[in-house]
Amino acid sequence: MAKVLVVTSGKGGVGKTTSTAALGAALAKGGQNVCVVDFDVGLRNLDLVMGAERRVVYDLINVVQGDAKLAQALIKDKRCETLSLLPASQTRDKDNLTAEGVERVMGELREKFDWIICDSPAGIERGATLAMRHADVAVVVTNPEVSSVRDSDRIIGLLDSKTERAERGEEIQKHLLLTRYDPVRAERGDMLKVEDVLEILAIPLLGIIPESADVLRASNLGTPVTLSDATSAPAQAYMDAARRLNGEKIPMVIPDGRRSLFGKLFGRRAA
Amino acid sequence: MNLFNLFSKRTTAPVARERLQMLLAHERAVVGQSDLVAILREEILAVIAKHVPVERDKVQVKMNREDSVSTLEVDIELPPVPSMKVA
Repeated sequence: MAKVLVVTSGKGGVGKTTSTAALGAALAKGGQNVCVVDFDVGLRNLDLVMGAERRVVYDLINVVQGDAKLAQALIKDKRCETLSLLPASQTRDKDNLTAEGVERVMGELREKFDWIICDSPAGIERGATLAMRHADVAVVVTNPEVSSVRDSDRIIGLLDSKTERAERGEEIQKHLLLTRYDPVRAERGDMLKVEDVLEILAIPLLGIIPESADVLRASNLGTPVTLSDATSAPAQAYMDAARRLNGEKIPMVIPDGRRSLFGKLFGRRAA
Repeated sequence: MNLFNLFSKRTTAPVARERLQMLLAHERAVVGQSDLVAILREEILAVIAKHVPVERDKVQVKMNREDSVSTLEVDIELPPVPSMKVA
């Protein structure tokens, strides 16, 4: 049965779009049919991170308004055939995104795909609540930093009250994805530790993505990090997270802060 | 970094953790009750309006949550007696 997943955070710039692309590609690589949907109307970026910016013809609003069929707007990934993208509109007003229209499109997507991954805009306004509205599962992307943790707490409250599942009295599965984690700084006591964030937010941990140059490198190239260099630390962490979404039990790897002698002598400090 | 800060330097993460815990305990209570108070206010207004004409801004609902005791304070100012009809 199809699952709708929202990638959300409240705060901007914590890695929602990167995580949407990476998790989407990881799930699709496993053979499941995946569609990533950009809900950030007016500030679309998922197309760019996925390297499909020159292939956008129709977008989510065209489909919501009935100006284009879903099949016309979907962009098939060139590297992974089970991965598709439904881009957001860059020019239209976000008021064109109606609740009824989104519901209809979500229904159509559920018939075609195993996973529908909705990349939420930042904030707690309509765009964000529409992105989470139909979700069965939520991934709350959080940086180990006070403002991000506070905003995630707020988003968790919205997930528990404003989603369809919450209104029906059903549970919405929530997972924490801790991104930009720097084990060296955490060990030194200058960054919230994994346990701190988990204790405060009190939702299960889906994965820890270490701060890494590979993430920027992948987005520079327009390739989800799980497709560009599958052996890199962030790619491995996203692949494990994707497998956990499928219900697999995989031991959590907390990124290692220790550096080799070579790294100590010649490496630049991470912070 | 000189030798002095090497020994006196305090780590910052525990401060962040403590500040967040304090703040969120407060914010969760406030956000949770803002909806409840609004709902209570509307329903109380509707019940009173069935029997007495009452102005919306004359009904105040306040909730106060403390560790040991929580109170709900409802303050309704009724119109002057002559115009009051008993239903």
